[in-house]
Amino acid sequence: MSDTLFTNARLIDPEGGSDTIGWLHVTDGRIMATGEGAAQQSDTETVDCGGKCLAPGIIDIGVKVCEPGERHKESYKSAGRAAAAGGVTTMVTRPDTTPAIDTPETLEFVTRRAQADTPVNVLPMAALTKGREGREMTEIGFLQDAGAVAFTDCDHVISDTKVFTRALTYARSCGALVMAHPQEPILSKGAAATSGKFSALYGLPSVSPMAERMGLDRDIALLEMTGAKYHADQITTARALPALERAKLNGLDITAGTSVHHLTLNELDVADYRTFFKVKPPLRSEDDRLAVVEAVRTGLIDTISSMHTPQDEESKRLPFEEAAAGAVALETFLPAALRLVHAEYLDLPTLFRAMSLNPAKRLGLDAGRLSVGAPADLVLFDPDVPFVLDRTTLLSKSQNTPFDGQRMQGRVLATFVGGHEVFRRN
Amino acid sequence: MSFAHRHLLGIEQLSQSDITAILDLAETYVDLNRQSSKHADVLAGLTQINMFFENSTRTQASFEIAGKRLGADVMNMAMQASSIKKGETLIDTAMTLNAMHPDLLVVRHPHSGAVDLLAQKVNCAVLNAGDGKHEHPTQALLDALTIRRAKGRLHRLNIAICGDVAHSRVARSNLFLLGKMENRIRLIGPPTLVPGQFAEFGAEIYDDMREGLKDVDVVMMLRLQRERMDGGFIPSEREYYHRYGLDVEKLSLAKPDAIVMHPGPMNRGVEIDGTLADDINRSVIQEQVEMGVAVRMAAMELLARNLTTAA
Repeated sequence: MSDTLFTNARLIDPEGGSDTIGWLHVTDGRIMATGEGAAQQSDTETVDCGGKCLAPGIIDIGVKVCEPGERHKESYKSAGRAAAAGGVTTMVTRPDTTPAIDTPETLEFVTRRAQADTPVNVLPMAALTKGREGREMTEIGFLQDAGAVAFTDCDHVISDTKVFTRALTYARSCGALVMAHPQEPILSKGAAATSGKFSALYGLPSVSPMAERMGLDRDIALLEMTGAKYHADQITTARALPALERAKLNGLDITAGTSVHHLTLNELDVADYRTFFKVKPPLRSEDDRLAVVEAVRTGLIDTISSMHTPQDEESKRLPFEEAAAGAVALETFLPAALRLVHAEYLDLPTLFRAMSLNPAKRLGLDAGRLSVGAPADLVLFDPDVPFVLDRTTLLSKSQNTPFDGQRMQGRVLATFVGGHEVFRRN
Repeated sequence: MSFAHRHLLGIEQLSQSDITAILDLAETYVDLNRQSSKHADVLAGLTQINMFFENSTRTQASFEIAGKRLGADVMNMAMQASSIKKGETLIDTAMTLNAMHPDLLVVRHPHSGAVDLLAQKVNCAVLNAGDGKHEHPTQALLDALTIRRAKGRLHRLNIAICGDVAHSRVARSNLFLLGKMENRIRLIGPPTLVPGQFAEFGAEIYDDMREGLKDVDVVMMLRLQRERMDGGFIPSEREYYHRYGLDVEKLSLAKPDAIVMHPGPMNRGVEIDGTLADDINRSVIQEQVEMGVAVRMAAMELLARNLTTAA
């Protein structure tokens, strides 16, 4: 029986919405007891948190690990180390690999690789259609048996509504969660930027923010038809929010996420065609960004993800239109998100509701909280320490971060998975 | 006369005095180019490479003549036929050329921002000869010189830019340049080809050409960029000509001494009436071509001066 006592910790509890000094007792990888104030003296192994924040570890829905296919961009080993350093205790991985994770065999391969090389929890998602081509649904039942926690074609929108309807209906019968990318596929074709002042001036092919609302409206209609369990991967525009709110009020089984980049950057950050700022969907206007931050605060948007997408230099050192989309974010996720706390948009329990508690709830996990009985997946961090990000220090194999050279505030000090320390900053 | 830039990537980075410096120097080359002996040797010993990743006859010829008249060793590379087809990236091509120590690199590329990217990776001066739908700075400069010579000034003019603004790098560079020089700019065209966002940069937007042309001093026509369009932006060329093609009747709404410009190549009978384009009393289209050589000579000379001071 292993025992650890965390003392003198600023406990960030998203469930109770509290932020208090206290202690937390872990036995056999689970939280046994917790309380306010000073802990009683005992002879168990003690971790003195020095008044820093102790929160439930981050559960990151939508991490891309590039196995199989592009291990040079990110492997389970490198992603796992980056996740541990970033306070991410559970990576919910994407199936948009080469080939796509669309059979139980591929899923088993991935699970094996993850178990061998990764210090944090890995929960794989599988493709909803074969090859993510939007034509035939995958073996949802077998894939669930093999451990798939959700089904998604990632940024490929299934444009054939008959195919999507059948997949949603079948998924409902399995109780499977479907994650989709709300975007009108034809309107957004070829877009590298959001239409607006910036794209007009810089002559980039662009998409109206309305394409996101159209995509969401369509998906909501299909949910009314099928009753499926649905999560929108990234809601990034103000215009999509009223539709999301109505769907929730109407009792549909719908949740929504957004990405840390859309919460902290806007279209103007692309400046002189900086391809590290090219993400999908493209960065939005400042008005959209603020609306989405507010939706996270109220809980209309449930989750925040890193949308960690490793790309090598060769995929990024191209003209903006040709460059690959995506940014690495496992290690910058918490420092970037803390900008919202320092700017006083969100408090820490609200932030961890979106980064830990809600993702856990949506996936039916008992993690993501500091309550008794929950797994001791924890992150210890100093929310105030300033630093300048140097991308060459990142542990990911790819270092395509938009935050290179930027001032950040807040860093992970240590990460624990099942009570075991998997990372400590020296 | 100072011009503190390493590259000429766009008009956006230039100040009023930078623009005036280029135009003033270009005036001297207009005179030179009209003499029988057209040589000045300010670029003697320097190597100029013209890299065109997109077809061009006029701009490439203009840059080539400009370089040769200034005594540079000029080389043309048609990039469509070369290693790009073999899968080499833009950066690799740039690094390869860089190793040959060129002094001036003139680049045209079909993607916005590609010339900026290339300029970050080479040691020589880079001139943007057009990048995607972004900028075409020497075109805006030659337009400015043409206007200044025809109107006697380059400020407080009413200037209409008509047609396919959305796909035009010429329009964007002109919007920057004419805006910096404090002119009133109107953008005229169907809303599918004139993005409303341009209003935020101080331009007035008209979808009725007759209304937009009222009392303007300069009518700048743009080419319908059919090769850059994906799908239908206009119903047909004949309807486009009817509503947005420049003819004598529509031009009569502008000031009586208004000049007509076109960056070429023209689609006669699509955006402009052929007879009007050839009317030497109204059209300055041929003069624009002439100014192009002078402006490019001036731009290359100014960049070359900075090369020697840097080295």
